[in-house]
Amino acid sequence: MLEFRKDIFADERDDNLIEVGQPTARQDILGHVTGTSPYYDDHRFGNLLHLKILRSPHAHARIRSIDDSAAARAPGVKRIIRAADVPVNLNTLLSLIQFGKDDEPSLASDVVRYKGEPILGIVATSERAAIEAMALVRISYDQLPAVFDVEEALKSGAPSVNAAYPKNTFEYYGKYDHQKLRYGDVDAAFKQAEIVIEDRYQMSPIEHAPTETNGSIAVPDTNGRFIVYTSTQALFFSLDTSAKINAMQSNQLHFIGGTVGGGFGGKVDTLTEPLSILAARLTGAPVRYRFGRHEEMQFGSPRGAERIYVKDGIMKDGRIVARQVRCYFDSGAYTRLSSYAVVKCTAHIPGPYTIPNVHADVYCVFTNRTPATAMRGFGVTAVDFAMECHIDKGAVAVGMDPLEFRMLNMYRDGDMKAHRRQAKNTALIECAQVTAEKANWPLRDEFRRMSSRTGGSLERGGVVDRTRAPALASAPKLAPTDAGAGRTRAPSVAPPPVVPQRIAYERPMAAEPARAAPPQQPASRSVPTPSAAPPASSPAGSTHGAARFSSVFGTRRR
Amino acid sequence: MKTPIQFILNGEEVAAFVESGSNLLDTLRESVGDLSVKGGCWQGTCGTCTVLIDGVPRVSCVTLAETCAGKSIETTAGLRRGPDLHPLQTAFMERFAAQCGYCTPGMLMAAKALLDRNPNPTRADVVDAICGNICRCTGYEPIIEAVLDAAHGDARHRA
Repeated sequence: MLEFRKDIFADERDDNLIEVGQPTARQDILGHVTGTSPYYDDHRFGNLLHLKILRSPHAHARIRSIDDSAAARAPGVKRIIRAADVPVNLNTLLSLIQFGKDDEPSLASDVVRYKGEPILGIVATSERAAIEAMALVRISYDQLPAVFDVEEALKSGAPSVNAAYPKNTFEYYGKYDHQKLRYGDVDAAFKQAEIVIEDRYQMSPIEHAPTETNGSIAVPDTNGRFIVYTSTQALFFSLDTSAKINAMQSNQLHFIGGTVGGGFGGKVDTLTEPLSILAARLTGAPVRYRFGRHEEMQFGSPRGAERIYVKDGIMKDGRIVARQVRCYFDSGAYTRLSSYAVVKCTAHIPGPYTIPNVHADVYCVFTNRTPATAMRGFGVTAVDFAMECHIDKGAVAVGMDPLEFRMLNMYRDGDMKAHRRQAKNTALIECAQVTAEKANWPLRDEFRRMSSRTGGSLERGGVVDRTRAPALASAPKLAPTDAGAGRTRAPSVAPPPVVPQRIAYERPMAAEPARAAPPQQPASRSVPTPSAAPPASSPAGSTHGAARFSSVFGTRRR
Repeated sequence: MKTPIQFILNGEEVAAFVESGSNLLDTLRESVGDLSVKGGCWQGTCGTCTVLIDGVPRVSCVTLAETCAGKSIETTAGLRRGPDLHPLQTAFMERFAAQCGYCTPGMLMAAKALLDRNPNPTRADVVDAICGNICRCTGYEPIIEAVLDAAHGDARHRA
């Protein structure tokens, strides 16, 4: 059940929220439960034609010849669409924001670069007629060597996948073959580190598998315009992409969508609209291009695979002092959105942790696999998986509780991130505390009293230098095996016998609530902390709650 | 060559001409005009196109239309009685049991088949009833809760 905690950062919030905290119904749910929500395929047109696509059976091959003469004469077939019919037969999705070279044809003409790549369109009076005609098309191929592994693709002599990027890597700013993140001095830090942990992580491609497959219906309108009913998740992105490929003005296209039968990122690639519009132009009739389930799984782009090598340098007191990462993102045969995914991947390599020395190289690699695309946090999910697995290994190595190990390293207000942006409005420590409380996960007192607001580098004069910090001298160390089995640790183990706790690396500990203060606690270490009861009012001069909370404007805490 | 068939759809007699080999899904959507039935895989695996045939849930995409002659077919379009929603529909709305909504018509019919034959289902009964229906959005829990709500009234099943 939902629970809204208002005791945390209570002095920084006005209770003027209208929707948050209230249950609310989806605006479209009545249509969903009555079966009346208008998905793209719920629109009906007389004389609807159907477009089916002949796809490559090979992962990498040169097309020697195509004979579609028998298919063109087959019953019900109205039109064959070939590569030469596509007005602008080379595109990359992010060209709309001038990012990357046009590298992907709508219909392949000379080379196919992945299994399932579109070659030929057949427009017929029924899907069945189109599929039957497809069997009459004769294509001869010269198979080419294919590469399916990101690291193999970067070796010299590897088959070149993508003609626009012959070295099999996306080019950033026209010259860099990967994204770099450099912060501090990892080599020096690894020499100082007391523990170094290295490992390799891998994630396979993941298919979104929406229950509604990708599809669209293009309908000729008056004045040379076309109305397009579509399953796209990105209506105007798809509109502009379709306009470019068809060499049309965008005001000649009227896209209708918004009711999407599941997308999760798999419906931003504009896979069907350009060709259904082209087919409608060439036939003068409404045309539907709908993926079958097999097409959705084979040709619908997945979340891209990633291979990640991680090396962390850790001090025995739990500080992560260095991180070095090499990551290969599998873009498949074409770029689509993977170049952007790699940027996001690079940004997430430090995670929500303050690591003073970070060194990362992330490659966007072309292979003869299905091109990858967006999917819920793409570029981030795999790297976060790898980093959090690695953090767990670090916790075991130093004999700390995995949550406390994380909390020790989490961003606090004023910390400098590896991307040279200062952390502000941080709240992860508090989230961890509430999570531990809800999960009955025992935290030691000083971790229960930790705050995102104190101990950040701003309090230390804005300088991030944790290497000079005192070690966590008296923290009770768990045996590594205990740390690995933290779930079984009894809460009573957490507080150390008598010794007052010292917190790690120059983060002043917040004062304990009175009920918990041990007699040994030196008064001089007291630092103001939010009490359990929320303060009665906001600080004087406070502005509207939404503005103060905004991390965009950064006005909440400073 | 098209064959005429007649069947009962949501209590009303309907007739359609179907091509030999046509499935019930296309017949309902294209010939009869009941667009509440959705296609998801056209191979009988996802449950999206579930309808009730003589009270039994069936995947309409792999049901030959000609085999439905004289049968009684129920779809989501027939759940509502005038302005009144079926208890399952209300529960799905209140429990946020639909996000994209595409699997919802099939899910509702699978659930209705269960409640029609067992008005007092356990959680395991509900899971069993919808185990052939894929939902990619909700994670199933809100759907299970909604079906239990529809059967037992709000939250009573937790007692």
